[in-house]
Amino acid sequence: MSSATVFGMCAAALIGLGLYGLITNPQPLRKILAFNLIGSGVFLLFGIVGRRGAGASVGNDPVPQALVITGVVVAFSATALAIALLLRLFDTAGSTTLGNPAPTCLHSDSPGD
Amino acid sequence: MLPSAPAPATTASGFLLVLSIVVPVAAVLLAFALGDRRVRQVAFAVVPIGSAIVVAVGLALPAGDGVLVYLLGAWPAPLGVALRADGFSVVMLATTAIVICAVALFAATEFRPSAADARAPFAFWVLLLAIWAALNTIFVGSDLFTLYVALELLTFAAVPLVSLRGGAETLQAALRYLLFALLGSILYLMGTALLYGVYGTLDIELLSRRLSGGVVTLLAAALMTTGLLAKTALFPLHLWLPPAHAGAPAAASAILSGLVVKGSFFILLRLWFNVLPDLPGYAAAQFLAALGAGAILVGSIVALRQERLKLLVAYSTLAQIGYLFLMFPLALDSSGRLESGQALAGGVLQAASHATAKAAMFLAVGSIYVGLGHDRITGIRGVARALPLSVTAFGLGGIALMGVQPSGASLAKELLLEETARTGQWWWAVVLHTGGMFTTAYVLVVLSHALARPDQSIVLVRTPRRSSGLTALALALCSLLLGLVPWDTFLPIPPGAASNLFGFGGLVKLGVTMLGGGALVILLSPWPRPGGLSAGWKTLMSIIGPFRRVCLGFGSLVEWGDDVLRQWSSAGISLLLCTLLLAALMFGAN
Repeated sequence: MSSATVFGMCAAALIGLGLYGLITNPQPLRKILAFNLIGSGVFLLFGIVGRRGAGASVGNDPVPQALVITGVVVAFSATALAIALLLRLFDTAGSTTLGNPAPTCLHSDSPGD
Repeated sequence: MLPSAPAPATTASGFLLVLSIVVPVAAVLLAFALGDRRVRQVAFAVVPIGSAIVVAVGLALPAGDGVLVYLLGAWPAPLGVALRADGFSVVMLATTAIVICAVALFAATEFRPSAADARAPFAFWVLLLAIWAALNTIFVGSDLFTLYVALELLTFAAVPLVSLRGGAETLQAALRYLLFALLGSILYLMGTALLYGVYGTLDIELLSRRLSGGVVTLLAAALMTTGLLAKTALFPLHLWLPPAHAGAPAAASAILSGLVVKGSFFILLRLWFNVLPDLPGYAAAQFLAALGAGAILVGSIVALRQERLKLLVAYSTLAQIGYLFLMFPLALDSSGRLESGQALAGGVLQAASHATAKAAMFLAVGSIYVGLGHDRITGIRGVARALPLSVTAFGLGGIALMGVQPSGASLAKELLLEETARTGQWWWAVVLHTGGMFTTAYVLVVLSHALARPDQSIVLVRTPRRSSGLTALALALCSLLLGLVPWDTFLPIPPGAASNLFGFGGLVKLGVTMLGGGALVILLSPWPRPGGLSAGWKTLMSIIGPFRRVCLGFGSLVEWGDDVLRQWSSAGISLLLCTLLLAALMFGAN
């Protein structure tokens, strides 16, 4: 088994775990962590792609590494934004559930603009 | 390392594409430098400049062989990143500029920097400019990873717009939107990684030449498609859309509903039509359109049953998004290849027409909300006398959306109907007509209440500015006249298609749509008729009463189904099922 295969299976496992957590776990903080787990899996995938040098037909392709760095920055910003929203939600509502999906605030007016 | 084909060079006016991105980004930075007080001036200075750049792109395009290219740093693909604009990009760029202008005018008074709450206005203007920059990048980007970054920028700018008011409900809606959008974009990124692994490039032009079927390619295509569907909120992946679009302030809702969902939709078009036109095949295209049909049915029925005006308009967006996906099977040619022809033109035109009409409707609803202090549909009786401008804008926007001649939607529908006849897929013609009837139905519900005679004279909580009504009206008129624009410069539409709109056949279709819409209102809308129960109404009810009860029962069943689908677990399972089904269908086609 080559190292690329081992890392590929690691990536698949991370992505699978993350998807499971993001979909089934009701807590937003855990959903955010699960998103980061999927992200790590995808970045690992990029790393394997670069290691195999598929693009440039040389030993090591630097382009996926550049893509991963950009991806890490994007994922970091996403996490920061999500955490900020979560904290604000906790301050405002006192809890952080996403349980009630109903947008139907029938018979009650939300504060106006 | 050399590209396999002669590299395209930067065209003469290619730098305009850079400007279209750099100018709004620079404005965002400048706004941070100048601070709260000046942010509105910065926005008002940049909106005309940005619009002028879009006009310049539109003028330069026909001169430059129908495509503008700019190679960043003069590096050709596969290593370099290029910006590329074609006719479709220009149509979307122009639509975005128009909607941004109108929303900026509308929000000029609402989001004034004031001492009391300085953060919301500042955030609004900065986010507006950031959304503009992200959308322009999406429309001119020609590299799948550039598109990913632009898509994320768009999400990061759109999510805070939802929670501008800062209530617990809107914060929850924003968080839900962000988390689901992140799930969508990570799926897209996964597909990008797989494609890079196989082909060693992410440039759209190069990929389209190198692409061939294969398990990894098809899986990547399925992952990217599903990710984009989640971001576009196609049924059944729409759990985030209704609370987000209904909870945001009116100006923000107009941007979110009119423009933001079109960003991911446009990337999906690029992916299917420019990167992998050979791969999806008949079954996958039918599947996407079937989801679209489901969106029309569920979105419209739930819209008809909403009690709040804003939620009605938000669910109408859900239905209209479904409408956008009907073009995919119609664009297939005889060999199962997706053709960038008349069907794609119809779809893009539909997107442009929905952007302007829906933005106008949200702005009008915003004015009504300001005027009445609520937006309950049963409570807006007679509002047409108090707020004639806003109700007219809502009505005209709705009429444009229904596909009344000569609106952009009617031209788009006509183009798509011609394609259904050409390809022999009559069932999509049925869905197109039914969709038009449903649109008519929920517009009629609102208009019949707004135009009814009020019980007592209406007292306005606050008189909305005249200018806000006028802005919404201008946007609605724009949507209504889109069909008359000579599109053939930018879109593959036969010249003179617009003149076919006026004729006996068109009038008959319109009449059928109106009658069908009226019937749907009577059968499916649970709200009491405005103007009391007249004798004629009572006789009608005694005849169709039982039938109406069955329909109402069906409606509540659909509403329950929508509630279930908007749970996280069911949305997640739908997402995975969509991916697997798309992959399987594409695999079957290859």
